[in-house]
Amino acid sequence: MPACTGTMKMSPLVLWFHKLGSPPYFYRLAGRFLPWLYAIALVTGAVGLYGGLVVAPADYQQGDSFRMIYVHVPCAWMSLFVYAFMAANSFVALVWRIKLSETLAMASAPVGAAFTFITLVSGSLWGKPMWGTWWTWDARLTSELVLLFLYLGVIGLYHAIEDARQAARAAAFLALIGVVNLPIVHYSVVWWNTLHQGQTVSLMGQSKISSSMLWPLLTMAFATHVYFFASLLARSRAALLALESGKEWVRGIAQAREAHAHG
Amino acid sequence: MAEFLHMGGYGAYVWAAYTVFVVVLFADALMPLWQRRNTLREIDARLRRESNRKSTP
Amino acid sequence: MKPGTTSAACTALLKRDLALTWRRRGDALNPLLFAIIVVALFPFALGPEAQILERIAAGTIFVAVLLASLLSLDSLFRSDLDDGSLEQLVLSPHPLSLLLACKIAIHWLTTAVPLIAAAPLLAMLLHLPDSVLPVLLAALALATPLLSLIGAICVALTVALRRSGMLLTLLVLPLIVPVLIFGAGACNAAQAGLPYAAPLLWLAAWLVLALVLAPLATAAALRISLT
Repeated sequence: MPACTGTMKMSPLVLWFHKLGSPPYFYRLAGRFLPWLYAIALVTGAVGLYGGLVVAPADYQQGDSFRMIYVHVPCAWMSLFVYAFMAANSFVALVWRIKLSETLAMASAPVGAAFTFITLVSGSLWGKPMWGTWWTWDARLTSELVLLFLYLGVIGLYHAIEDARQAARAAAFLALIGVVNLPIVHYSVVWWNTLHQGQTVSLMGQSKISSSMLWPLLTMAFATHVYFFASLLARSRAALLALESGKEWVRGIAQAREAHAHG
Repeated sequence: MAEFLHMGGYGAYVWAAYTVFVVVLFADALMPLWQRRNTLREIDARLRRESNRKSTP
Repeated sequence: MKPGTTSAACTALLKRDLALTWRRRGDALNPLLFAIIVVALFPFALGPEAQILERIAAGTIFVAVLLASLLSLDSLFRSDLDDGSLEQLVLSPHPLSLLLACKIAIHWLTTAVPLIAAAPLLAMLLHLPDSVLPVLLAALALATPLLSLIGAICVALTVALRRSGMLLTLLVLPLIVPVLIFGAGACNAAQAGLPYAAPLLWLAAWLVLALVLAPLATAAALRISLT
């Protein structure tokens, strides 16, 4: 029997990557990280919120209302980051047909939409005391509104198509079209704003942000990122369970849970 | 404490914003749990139906 | 023309689509009627004063044309899907993007060109100043093909859905916002006496880009939807 010679040793990273593609492995691995991620998000979020509400001094121009920055800005950053994440995974899913990327992309959409929604609502609540109006068509808020529609479109398309994998591919394609469109929309809206309104309203104002005001913002930014990954993994796990519900490994989990409940 | 809630007159806005933040993200965290429970319930029902079919001659 | 070549296929497709649309020319006029109705509603809502109407005229006409085009988008692939010829197109050896470009062109010709032709009528209804009319026509001539091209991508993504309802509108709207901003923006600028060339040139640039890229994207989307 000829000896097996010259087998190429796979680097452990590449091997791990391949393993990730297996749903039960990803399910278990994500399950191990999940409680830690939620815990870190909760703790850092609490610290950040405390810093923003209590520790940071009131802004000399906007008074205490500026504290909304600690909710509004991290969520705005996340709405963009999550879209980029979704688009990157969509690209991988379409080009290399990697199923895990499909799952991750579709799982990110609702979280991104949630962050966008919070950005819009907090922006509106900030606008009322600042400019006296609940809504303003300022460039950033308007772009954010369009971003929300892009998210809703991806989510809507994904849920409208019967076959899960085809739905994921169609929605991924739409996400990519959207990502090309985002800078165009932003540029158009900025142009549109300068054409129609003389004044430029800036949410942050002219004052430079002091360090005592900055650290809660960065903490909240970190907390929201960690929260996103926690939510992403949780949603991916739930999605994998549903997608692979006919498979043996899912049955095992259901049966173990049943036994645990009745045992 | 009242000063803290009052937020220099902007209390309603600030607290509304923070509440929306917490509530929406909390709802977002609950959704995968709800989805998972539904999926497992469906699988249980399906397994039960299959075992019933096998047991009845 | 040699049968079996790509140019023969395109010509055949163009002739077929034109013939099919001609047979249902009543339906093809629906978008036009819709646009006229929408525009006619505004004076009832806002009052007949010429001053107010002319202020909103260009934007309103643009929105009416956009909505009318949206309504007509669904018919781009619907009948072909129903009779199975869409799958034949996808399976054909000729470049799908080119065939789709032909389809989109006929669709634009039969749904948008009547709208552009009706633009002077709409402008008159809303008291648009005469000096703005050429700019409006130019902006519409650039915006409507963009609508058709970008809309085609979204239609391709939803073509397999039985009842897509508002989903198509939801998909198209964010993509079409820049076109609306620049198209109506050019008209508003012209009305205010400001330079209006820049937004028109931007529209033209995007149109050129879309002419090349949108059929490719539509072909890819169609392949995803029909597998």
